[in-house]
Amino acid sequence: MKLTKDQVRLGRDKVKHVAKLANLPLTPEEEEKYSEQLSKILDYIDQLNSVDTKGVEPTFNVSGLSNVMRKDESLASLTQEEALQNPSQKQEGFFVTKRVIGEENG
Amino acid sequence: MADITSLTLTQTLKALEEKEFSLEELNKAYLERIKKYNSSLNAYLFVNEQNKQSFSTSKKIPAAIKDVISTKDIPTTAGSKVLGGYRPPYDATVVNLLLEQGVGVIGKTNCDEFAMGASGENSAYGVTKNPWDKTKVPGGTSSGSAVAVATDLCVFALGSDTGGSIRQPASLCGVVGLKTSYGRVSRYGLIATASSLDTIGSLTKSVEDAALVLSWISGPDGYDANCTNEKFTLQPKTWVNHPTRLKASIQGLKVGVPKEYFGEGLDSKVKEVINKAIKKLEELGAEVVEVSLPHSPYALAAYYIINPSEISANMARFDGIRFGFGREKIGPEVKRRIMLGTFALSSGYYDDYYAQAAKVRTLVKQDFEKAFASVDVIVGPVSPTTAWNLGEKVDDPLKMYLADIYTISANLAGIPGLSVPCGFSDGLPVGLQILGKQWDEETVLRVGYAYEQATDWRKEKPKL
Repeated sequence: MKLTKDQVRLGRDKVKHVAKLANLPLTPEEEEKYSEQLSKILDYIDQLNSVDTKGVEPTFNVSGLSNVMRKDESLASLTQEEALQNPSQKQEGFFVTKRVIGEENG
Repeated sequence: MADITSLTLTQTLKALEEKEFSLEELNKAYLERIKKYNSSLNAYLFVNEQNKQSFSTSKKIPAAIKDVISTKDIPTTAGSKVLGGYRPPYDATVVNLLLEQGVGVIGKTNCDEFAMGASGENSAYGVTKNPWDKTKVPGGTSSGSAVAVATDLCVFALGSDTGGSIRQPASLCGVVGLKTSYGRVSRYGLIATASSLDTIGSLTKSVEDAALVLSWISGPDGYDANCTNEKFTLQPKTWVNHPTRLKASIQGLKVGVPKEYFGEGLDSKVKEVINKAIKKLEELGAEVVEVSLPHSPYALAAYYIINPSEISANMARFDGIRFGFGREKIGPEVKRRIMLGTFALSSGYYDDYYAQAAKVRTLVKQDFEKAFASVDVIVGPVSPTTAWNLGEKVDDPLKMYLADIYTISANLAGIPGLSVPCGFSDGLPVGLQILGKQWDEETVLRVGYAYEQATDWRKEKPKL
């Protein structure tokens, strides 16, 4: 079912903006599809606002733990060879990334 | 003797001890069965046939591992093209713990991409089929693990449960599925979906097996700061011959039935099966009382803010630099959740969405705490329906999300939950959900065990 203009919570422009924030390449068709689908999902999620949460503390973690520490000592970790087992591009024992400093981001 | 592959883990261990067959014969039997049936089910993405990997299965108990769990040098894709060809340089803690117990990886099981979905249809490597009816979904996201156990393609399997991903496919495929308390089992090496909700657990042929596997994989791990609780102990060898707490009667135990889990949306035939199962618990001596979880109707909405928000952060690591391919390979449901989460966390919306969802989460958790003040376990359906048709919900994400309505609350609250086969509706399996207090897997398993012993449902197998 096609949504009317008023029902679109997340318009194409907004979708494009969010996709940029998420570094997510979307096709124009996907932008259209997500605009509709996410608008419908947000409508459903709106019911959260009908819950009275005045004075309720938020829960971010349910393990009941905080500041779990371990002894500050070095442990075995991956070797350079193991760490470089998976990248598609490597050079002289390093990962290859795009240039981030200096010239235009390439 | 019955077919080797039809034995439960506990039975298999006993038979090995009594030298009824060897580990080589055991592995051969399972590999032959996989060869015969996997292509029509698509339960496995990788089968450790050649034993060429760093550890060989031929001298070990063959277990299936969901493909979101890292296995050293064995392909681990999380059901995504992004991780096509990825070979982890290390084993997850749970895999290490299994290896120590003489359990090996016979294969990696199919799943919804990065464990996002409810049907098993979001894998980039094709859908997994429900063995009871191949035109139906197996449930998700631990779809391949549930199917592999249901069809005797492994002795047992590991899965992960972020919103029902062990319990729901277990219910839809007719096997036992245990979601552990948050923090009970180390998640080191689990490819993260939503970090405050993710748990690792088992899919097994019996409740006794679930208790045994939990005793193997639980316990503190320096590599998961949320996992500090002590190991679950009900050592198997003591219970094969000596009845222990797991096998204790449930006489007088208080079983709560939440009225919110039996309302609109629950299929009437599923409801009938669940009610019969609850009757059975009563016959076994349990005292059944109604309880209320008043914030249940809001749990799903809170979940679909918290889950995508955490996903949007976790998925940021897939940039194609250290491992895997670029973000253009990310599949549609994963993209949808990254978009939803990024939006919910974006400037100006945080208080309306994420902060409000986190407060509703507190209320959902408190509902359980209040209910558990007067009951030992809470029981109800795992899924509002039995397995639905392949393709039926793929174009309607909201409808798909609603399939998780009875399972997500346990993840929000961090409590354990078990799905136990409890009957059929039109030839498709139905699972009874048993929820317990945080860290109280023991009572959950005890109720499951008592129910399982009093019924024969788990002995029903799909005809392949």
